Amino acid sequence: MIIGQIIANGILMGFIYALVAVGLTLTWGVMDIINFAHGEFLMISMYTAFWMFSLFALDPLGALPVCIAVIFVLGVITYSGIIKRVITAPGLTALLATFGFSMFLKNLAQYLWTPNYRYINDAFVSGKSISLGGIVIGMPQIVAALASIILTIVIMAFMDRTRTGKAIQATALNKNTALLMGINTEKMYAITFGLSGACVGAAGALMATFFPIYPASGALYSVIAFVIVALGGFGNIKGALFGGLIIGLTEALGGFFLGTQFKYALVFLIYLIVIQVRPKGLFGW
Amino acid sequence: MVKNKKVLLIIILVLAVAPLFTKAKAVHNAIILLLIFATLGEAWNLITGFAGQTSFGHAAFFGIGAYTSAVIFYRYGITPWLGMILGGFIASAVAAVMSYPCFRLKGHYFAIATLAVAEIIKQVFVSWNYVEGATGISIPIIPRSSYFLTRLFYLQFNDKLPWVYICLVLFTAAIFLCSFLENSKMGYYLKAIRESHEVAEAIGINPANYKLYAMIISAFISALCGSIYAQYILYIDPFMMFSLDISMKIVLLTVLGGIGNIYGPIIGAAIFIPLSEFTRIKLGGSGTGIDLMIYGLLIVLITCFHPKGVIGIVGRIAEKFGRKPTGGEGSIETVS
Repeated sequence: MIIGQIIANGILMGFIYALVAVGLTLTWGVMDIINFAHGEFLMISMYTAFWMFSLFALDPLGALPVCIAVIFVLGVITYSGIIKRVITAPGLTALLATFGFSMFLKNLAQYLWTPNYRYINDAFVSGKSISLGGIVIGMPQIVAALASIILTIVIMAFMDRTRTGKAIQATALNKNTALLMGINTEKMYAITFGLSGACVGAAGALMATFFPIYPASGALYSVIAFVIVALGGFGNIKGALFGGLIIGLTEALGGFFLGTQFKYALVFLIYLIVIQVRPKGLFGW
Repeated sequence: MVKNKKVLLIIILVLAVAPLFTKAKAVHNAIILLLIFATLGEAWNLITGFAGQTSFGHAAFFGIGAYTSAVIFYRYGITPWLGMILGGFIASAVAAVMSYPCFRLKGHYFAIATLAVAEIIKQVFVSWNYVEGATGISIPIIPRSSYFLTRLFYLQFNDKLPWVYICLVLFTAAIFLCSFLENSKMGYYLKAIRESHEVAEAIGINPANYKLYAMIISAFISALCGSIYAQYILYIDPFMMFSLDISMKIVLLTVLGGIGNIYGPIIGAAIFIPLSEFTRIKLGGSGTGIDLMIYGLLIVLITCFHPKGVIGIVGRIAEKFGRKPTGGEGSIETVS
């Protein structure tokens, strides 16, 4: 029974990781940019949810659209202010720009809101749980996982079904050809960055109900998201989803069998093992 | 054979003489950190600038070097000099072990794999009691009255000047080694691998072997820097030594100084280390993070307006004076 409980926790966490990773894999796949500020976007979203809650008494679930909008805008601003200038630069320059930006955001948060841990204690979902045949699952986790699944499906549908989504895919495949076909690639890049922000913004609002909020709270998840994205194959949304589940399960099961202090080591080890079999990720080609 | 020996000797001479004109500890501190990070940059440059394999995990070797010398001094009182060499060999061994599975991967997949290795090593050190786990090691201090030779033997000094020269020796050795390697058969092989893995293979280079050699040398140098750094600041913990921030700092100053060029790391370090020290001293005391905020913003601005790195500017100035630019811009394999 306890194994069932652990697996359930792992899967739920996996879906949330997946949502963070979906955001990352979009920019990575479409623009070939590793966004080091991705974790900081998550952190800013968590703070947005927190301030909505403490200033306007808006429940994190109600703040979800606000967080999505705020980080979408932040993503677009990041693109037009920074990424646009460095995207053609050689090698690792673009990556360093995002690294500098992440440093800026993290410390801006510390400057504005102090390094103290903050919590959202009495959200609508807090303290409730569901019992399914002996497996007890917290309400915040269930809601977060469900919302993650829905959002991932929405993003997948958007990429495959809509004109904009197809234009983004075309831009990812070949920027110049897409440009010749009349696609405004600049705009597609901006939208991609915004969408990436929207995903992580949603994840932030959902996670704010059961994780502490502090300036470095995004850093760990961004490293895990890197691994998930690489595990699934760059730019592959399905890959990010399955990668997230694998990492969530590894973390839960590894934490139980080996001790919680080794769970992250195991997460990275799983990546190294999987990548031996599939050198371009699970769904990479 | 070292090309442009003159420039190299002038740089080293300036760094050797400059600290004598000031007694300011902050300046000495900045020079020491500058030299340590420039050396780390040289090491990283070998594997990424020359061989084109982006590593985000050099903090692992740095940390292993720091921990080896610190642990054997802390546990058994053995001189850090021995620990330094031992640390170098352990880091090289780790590099060799991790290289075998990692070098099969290309581009970003390799970069993330090196990051993963560094994270695994960090997690192991965090929960390893023998190395004091997450508490970290405070290196035992020898009495202030000890003779200079004893101090040298245990690598602890009352002022910062000896550190400047120790770091300078290390940096000089590293830059001459890199310069030698760049113009050796191995250097050309590595560059060939960087430009095209397949072509290099087709003309009879064994990329796996040469990348492995580069990684081993790189890890060794990084570990030496780690030992020196640990002895210099006298306290280490896994979160500090194996952090992604250290790996990224190395990447940052080398790339912005000029990647694939032996002068890149020193130029980058000469700009970024004093900058970060200056913002830290002027603004860091408040604990509000404003120093790192400004530092982060400066990184963004520099990357946005001089994406080719500072060496691009140096090259342009040199061209104006009718000289050939000192080195090429390295193209790095980042496409997956």
